[in-house]
Amino acid sequence: MTCLCFLCVSRDYDELSSIMAVCIAVIAKENYPLYIRSVPTQNELKFHYTVHTSLDVVEEKISSVGKALADQRELYLGLLYPTEDYKVYGYVTNSKVKFVIVVDSSNTSLRDNEIRSMFRKLHNSFTDVMCNPFYIPGDPIQSKAFDSMVSAMMVQAC
Amino acid sequence: MEQGPGAATGGSFISLSENEQRCYSGLYTLCQADSSGKLASSKVGELFRASQLPAETLHQITEVCGAKRLGYFGTGQFYVALKLLAAAQSGLPVRLDSITGDLPLPIFSGAKSEAEMRYPNHSQSSDGQAQPLGSTAGPALRTASDRPAFRQPDNSMDKQEPWSPPRSPCTSPPQSPSTYCRYSVQRNGTEMLVGYEGKPPTRPAVLQENSSPSHYAVKPAPEQPAITRAQSTEKLPDRATDDYSDDPWRITEEQHDYYTNQFKNLQADLGGLIRGTVAKNFFTKSKLPIHELSHIWELSDVDRDGALTFPEFCTAFHLIVARKNGYPLPEKLPPSLRPGPIARGEVTVDSAEITQPLIVFEDTTLRATQQEKSMVEIQQGTPLPGLTTSKQDVKEEARKPELSPKRAPATQEKPVQHVSAFNLKPDPPNELDPNMKSRTRPRSYSSTSIDDAMKKAEEPPTPPPRPQKSHSRASSLDLNKLFQQGSQGIKSGWLPPPPALPPRPPATQIPHFIPAADKSSQKAVQQPNFADFSRFREEEEAGVHPENQNQSPLRRAAGPSTEDLGPPKAEPSVGTQGHAPQKPVRRKYRPESQNLDATPPASAPYPSTPASTPYPSTPTATATTKPAQKLAPRQKREIQTAIRKNKEANAVLTRLNSELQQKLKVVHQERVTLESQLEVLRPLTSS
Repeated sequence: MTCLCFLCVSRDYDELSSIMAVCIAVIAKENYPLYIRSVPTQNELKFHYTVHTSLDVVEEKISSVGKALADQRELYLGLLYPTEDYKVYGYVTNSKVKFVIVVDSSNTSLRDNEIRSMFRKLHNSFTDVMCNPFYIPGDPIQSKAFDSMVSAMMVQAC
Repeated sequence: MEQGPGAATGGSFISLSENEQRCYSGLYTLCQADSSGKLASSKVGELFRASQLPAETLHQITEVCGAKRLGYFGTGQFYVALKLLAAAQSGLPVRLDSITGDLPLPIFSGAKSEAEMRYPNHSQSSDGQAQPLGSTAGPALRTASDRPAFRQPDNSMDKQEPWSPPRSPCTSPPQSPSTYCRYSVQRNGTEMLVGYEGKPPTRPAVLQENSSPSHYAVKPAPEQPAITRAQSTEKLPDRATDDYSDDPWRITEEQHDYYTNQFKNLQADLGGLIRGTVAKNFFTKSKLPIHELSHIWELSDVDRDGALTFPEFCTAFHLIVARKNGYPLPEKLPPSLRPGPIARGEVTVDSAEITQPLIVFEDTTLRATQQEKSMVEIQQGTPLPGLTTSKQDVKEEARKPELSPKRAPATQEKPVQHVSAFNLKPDPPNELDPNMKSRTRPRSYSSTSIDDAMKKAEEPPTPPPRPQKSHSRASSLDLNKLFQQGSQGIKSGWLPPPPALPPRPPATQIPHFIPAADKSSQKAVQQPNFADFSRFREEEEAGVHPENQNQSPLRRAAGPSTEDLGPPKAEPSVGTQGHAPQKPVRRKYRPESQNLDATPPASAPYPSTPASTPYPSTPTATATTKPAQKLAPRQKREIQTAIRKNKEANAVLTRLNSELQQKLKVVHQERVTLESQLEVLRPLTSS
């Protein structure tokens, strides 16, 4: 009983605390991953596949506004597509680097603003990584600071 | 390991002075004696070779000391051999008789010289002979209990120093912390710069040495600098490592001085920033893996601006040094390295140096005096640590300035020194010179990329974006912008080639042509479209005169570039002699004229003001004041430098040009495809 209670409590905690992503990926301009991390590590492949397929949606979204000036395109793409298990959000920078966040569908308290803030944090950390002169653009991101920031956003669960 | 320093070759008792005992026991440990007291022959061989005696002498020594007979180097044999080495190096014949007297310590390849310098003093002064064998044996037993004055440890440490290079891979770094701890405990706060890479054996050896000193024949400090000098730059980073007494992450005074010096070489202004690329090149020379360097950067760039302030630079440097000495990189910045604490007492030191101009030479001399002060302090018992290294550093620095005193790209010297330092080779200072010279030259032209050039610019008015960004729209306007960006980077030295050169009154300007000559050539080079170099010359002349003052280059650039924009403009400008009105957009290129200092400020306003308004005022003012005579010698030199810079800029621009051409092609192709699509769709829509 106590265990159950505990679980419930932790569940509430999850919903009260910041948004937790299940998988976070940074895709380079050429559509290969610079950084991809998912929490339930046993199902990594599934998330990798999801992120990969979401790239099509991202391309579609950015090309639709492509005719217009790039300035008018917003960086935050919003919900790319939902599946029954999770939702995929996208974000593209001006240099065509894409961030993809996969969140659990059961986490219903997710608000758009929270997702936006997650992307903003990602973007800031990514910028910091870019600022590092020892980082060669195109290399996988190995920065520990970036890692820690992403970990903070990932689901703390099991 | 029982060691009888007296050794028993031939049964005679060889007495060793205190210093000798220390030295020898240290060397003994270096040679990795095994349990029975036999020394590893490879190590011994190394040691002997390091003494730089001819092979024949070494064989003789081996024979005389009895090792040949025994087949191995025992303690006694080793000690006798060392004495024989010293004797041989002093010119005495290799015989047992020669080692009975007082001898200096043997010298081993390069680094030992200071040791010898030190030790002879010591040995003379100390009463070595009286040392009973037992005492040396005691220390040899690594009883770290006796802690003589820290001086001795320093001495012994220094002795060990030269050995570290040959033995660097000997021991695993992890041992160091423990030894260091012991050190610190025993050293009573002395910071032992035992920061060689992977030198655990030396550390225990040093401890040993320390323990051996039942005597406190201490004459440390003054010699330290000399010794460290020999150890040269490589030791510098190693030595300047950790303050073992307190916290390995604390930066000592000497280290701080060293870092300050390095910073100055990279960036004259101590309050300024070192850009990312510059820092990257600099730290890459430390030969740490990129991953670690990246991590160090992350730790030290606290304001995340892609550049290093002085405290950040010290932090990064210190982390690198620590890493090189085997310390694992921390996850977070250690408290002692946080930006705040860096402003310790060294600030006073820095301030004294800050007042110095970029002339490194003066800085080093100043530093030398400080070093001496610190030496005095050391004698008083202050932590010794980086002093030796800093001294070396100072000497290195002094050398560098001598070689190229006022190199604006002083970074080249630093990297060279660092190369040697980081290579962990006790290169004699002289060897650095050719390196430096060779490096400096490529560096001056190394701004092959616009970014580099831009970074070298004294004051880019706006952060120049990457050139490619401007290619997104390859319109002529963008081209100008691009040039502007490029020129900002290239400002440092050359006059941007103006698109066209309006006809200039040649005759009047000819006397002034000399300084302008290079500019014109530069302009010609930089302006691929502009084939009429004669126009450049005229422009140059016209522009040179007023420009000679300061803004002439800008003006000149304006001249040729203005030609593009409006030849008519040139006419009026001719009158003013300063092509001022022609200041076209290209003017932005003209970052520098021969008078570099003048141009950057002058160029700054230019990019923003395409109009020629600023010009007319300046040329007229300067035109009158320009005497033609001044052009000759000094200008020639300036011209040459300007020529070089312009050539650089030219290369950059050519590259830009090609890139733009490619983009243009791509865009054309896209256009073609779109049009074809349109054609396909048209029948549909029309129907």
